[in-house]
Amino acid sequence: MMHADPNCVLTGTHFMNGDAACCEGAIAAGARFAAGYPITPSTEVVERFAARVPKIGGIFIQMEDELAASITLQGMVWAGAKSFTVTSGPGYSLMMEHIGFAAMTETPCVFVNVQRGGPSTGLPTLPAQGDMMQARFGSHGDYSTISLVPNSPQECFSLTVKAFNLAEKFRVPVMFMMDECVGHMTEKVVIPDAKEIEVTPRRHASKPPSEFLLFEPGEELVPEMAHAGEGYKVYVTGLTHDKRGYPLMNPASQKELIPRLFEKISRAADELTIVESEGLEDADVVVVSYGITSRVAQRAIEMARAKGLKVGKLRLICVWPFPEKLIRELAPKVKALVMPELNMGQVVIELERCAGGQCKVISVPHPGGTVHKPADILAAIERGAQ
Amino acid sequence: MPKGSVAVTAERCKGCGFCVEFCPTHVLELSNAFNAKGYHPPHMVNAEKCSGCNLCGMYCPDFAIFGYRFPDAKNQKKEA
Amino acid sequence: MSTTADLHIHNPVEDVLRKERIPTIWCPGCGIGTTVNSFAAALLGQDIDLKKTAIVSGIGCSGRVSGYMALDSFHTTHGRAIPFATGLKLANPELNVIVYSGDGDLTSIGGNHLIHAARRNMDIMVVCVNNMIYAMTGGQAAATTPGNSITTTSPFGSFEPEICLPQLVDAAGAVFVARWTAYHVKQLERTMAKALKKKGFRFIEVLTPCPTLYQRRNNMGDGLAAMVDYKNRSKIRNGAPTYEVALEPGGEIVVGEFVDREREDYLTRMRRQLGTNYSELPPQPEEEEQEGCCSSC
Ligand SMILES: Cc1ncc(C[n+]2csc(CCOP(=O)(O)OP(=O)(O)O)c2C)c(N)n1
Ligand code: SF4
Ligand code: SF4
Ligand code: SF4
Ligand SMILES: [Mg+2]
Repeated sequence: MMHADPNCVLTGTHFMNGDAACCEGAIAAGARFAAGYPITPSTEVVERFAARVPKIGGIFIQMEDELAASITLQGMVWAGAKSFTVTSGPGYSLMMEHIGFAAMTETPCVFVNVQRGGPSTGLPTLPAQGDMMQARFGSHGDYSTISLVPNSPQECFSLTVKAFNLAEKFRVPVMFMMDECVGHMTEKVVIPDAKEIEVTPRRHASKPPSEFLLFEPGEELVPEMAHAGEGYKVYVTGLTHDKRGYPLMNPASQKELIPRLFEKISRAADELTIVESEGLEDADVVVVSYGITSRVAQRAIEMARAKGLKVGKLRLICVWPFPEKLIRELAPKVKALVMPELNMGQVVIELERCAGGQCKVISVPHPGGTVHKPADILAAIERGAQ
Repeated sequence: MPKGSVAVTAERCKGCGFCVEFCPTHVLELSNAFNAKGYHPPHMVNAEKCSGCNLCGMYCPDFAIFGYRFPDAKNQKKEA
Repeated sequence: MSTTADLHIHNPVEDVLRKERIPTIWCPGCGIGTTVNSFAAALLGQDIDLKKTAIVSGIGCSGRVSGYMALDSFHTTHGRAIPFATGLKLANPELNVIVYSGDGDLTSIGGNHLIHAARRNMDIMVVCVNNMIYAMTGGQAAATTPGNSITTTSPFGSFEPEICLPQLVDAAGAVFVARWTAYHVKQLERTMAKALKKKGFRFIEVLTPCPTLYQRRNNMGDGLAAMVDYKNRSKIRNGAPTYEVALEPGGEIVVGEFVDREREDYLTRMRRQLGTNYSELPPQPEEEEQEGCCSSC
């Protein structure tokens, strides 16, 4: 296990916004390289990064568009760096092809999306959570990745570190799904001592080039990685490939590769069930939420409890993979699951699937632009409790 | 005594004729023989004129032929 | 004839090929492989550390070149070889980074990246295999397709003018710009060798036959016919102003090294301008064996 580099970590108590905290998290996690393209409300992350990293040997490059940024960062990774990009709505759409490329080539990296209202140019300066399904399914073809959702500037720091660590561990692109509120909200952020920040190193090739196969599933079904310039003559392609990385396009090789890309994540379902919960034991109704919406939900839960209702809280910190087992266990024990989201009902589809008809599932949709009114969530809780 | 020769990996050949056309001394022709894929690989018809210059190799898009100089030819050249 | 084993010789190009991947997917008479010979010879002809050499392609018939080279090979997405190469170079400046891809890939879908990499003077070398068509997808019109050509998407003849690549990259700031055809194997080798040693954004256009999907529909014969045509129509004009080198259907093909100038490359300028604001990576902390200590991350 490695720890963050003390020369680079801003240990201390700060008052900073989520975008700044995300940048500090990336640096703490070991990212010294990033490629981006400006877009509100995410740009502050790379603006800070551009100011921070030259002094610690890093480079931020502003590319000509998000298509470029989302693949430049992968070139950086294959040269041995930890790298990421940051964007919002329209830019995220442009990055989709390269999220698939990263999934296919098992390139560890982080895509930060500070979500804003959409579709299209939508509400550039206002919040939404409308890209949650896109985070899971946005690129073409079948793949699996991880999506983390912070609900405070503090988490924008600590979960960004986690996002990088999971990217390395599973060799996947990790989606860091912030939103405009969390990104622009300024709060206390405590950055711990570098020694207290765990950093997952790259799963680097442990064999010499003559014995090494670039896509041979290793421990936990994840292959080891060699970089350009190390004498391994790596072969990386977005085509379906064999263990050497050579294109091999037939049903058998597809069957060998694609299910493994799913399985390396699904087998770690317990580890990736990252939630915050409270009062689930005797709850009649559980409010399931994520990101900024969880903070409004908290208020609604308190209001409902004041009215004598038994309400539990379940905050999804890792939304994808979805905590299926947890929901399957919870659903038969409650009357209702209530899910407020800043979209017209996305993750609730998955919630409903996992609840399997064992309880009511009540969606509290919101088109975005602002957050829910606690009263709207409260009303749903009350309906659920009946 | 020719200064060089060519080596043909017949199975790689796709019969494009580049090597035949661009050999400066017209050493090669496509043979009547077929390789497994049904192409006619080249053969030497003027072997004595081959300088081993490897221009045929430079043109061959399928890495199926290359020219080489005989070692003694090289030495002769050095001595000259 | 085959005394090669006794002589301990082999086709020199094989030193930089992934031999086990031959035969290539390319058609008989396709010119892409011919350009690879020049490239291989250029690579082998000088003291270039092949272990520190990466080749990046986009998608297309030409985009398959990276995968046949025994280098660090990256077969990326359609149009995005240049930004991927940019990432490689920035994160490891020791690498020689070469982009090898097709005309459609580099100049249409990837055209914006081409312009901006030239503008930044990113230290990469780009080889553009220009067969004047989208070959891999079945012969559709490209930005490089000569006017009037019949293609699958211009069945009545194309009516768009073709782009002049040397002029474009020259205007955008490339420090080295050349054009040859697959016929010019030796000249191409020398130009590639020179470009490999130069710093900054280097661009080499190579016209190549595509008998299957371009020439056939335009009654232009086979690959060999195209090679002979290149030989007959080419005129070497080193140093020609790039506004004079546009390709006219059936007209003269101006070839040669057009631009060779000096300009600070991206990383050099970045370091100079950042001055004391830039410092190389501080020493990395030692790997520690003891178990983790915190839950906050
Ligand atoms: C985003 C995207 N759009 C379209 C394609 C389909 N496609 C594959 S290769 C190609 C054209 C390649 O043309 P060129 O770069 O000239 O290469 P060539 O095959 O002619 O060598 C296209 C359009 C793709 N792979 N990706
Ligand atoms: S080596 Fe030179 S002379 Fe001999 S066949 Fe080849 S091209 Fe002709
Ligand atoms: S150039 Fe190569 S592929 Fe073409 S005919 Fe000669 S040996 Fe065969
Ligand atoms: S389609 Fe054209 S470019 Fe592609 S391999 Fe065949 S001849 Fe070459
Ligand atoms: Mg083409």
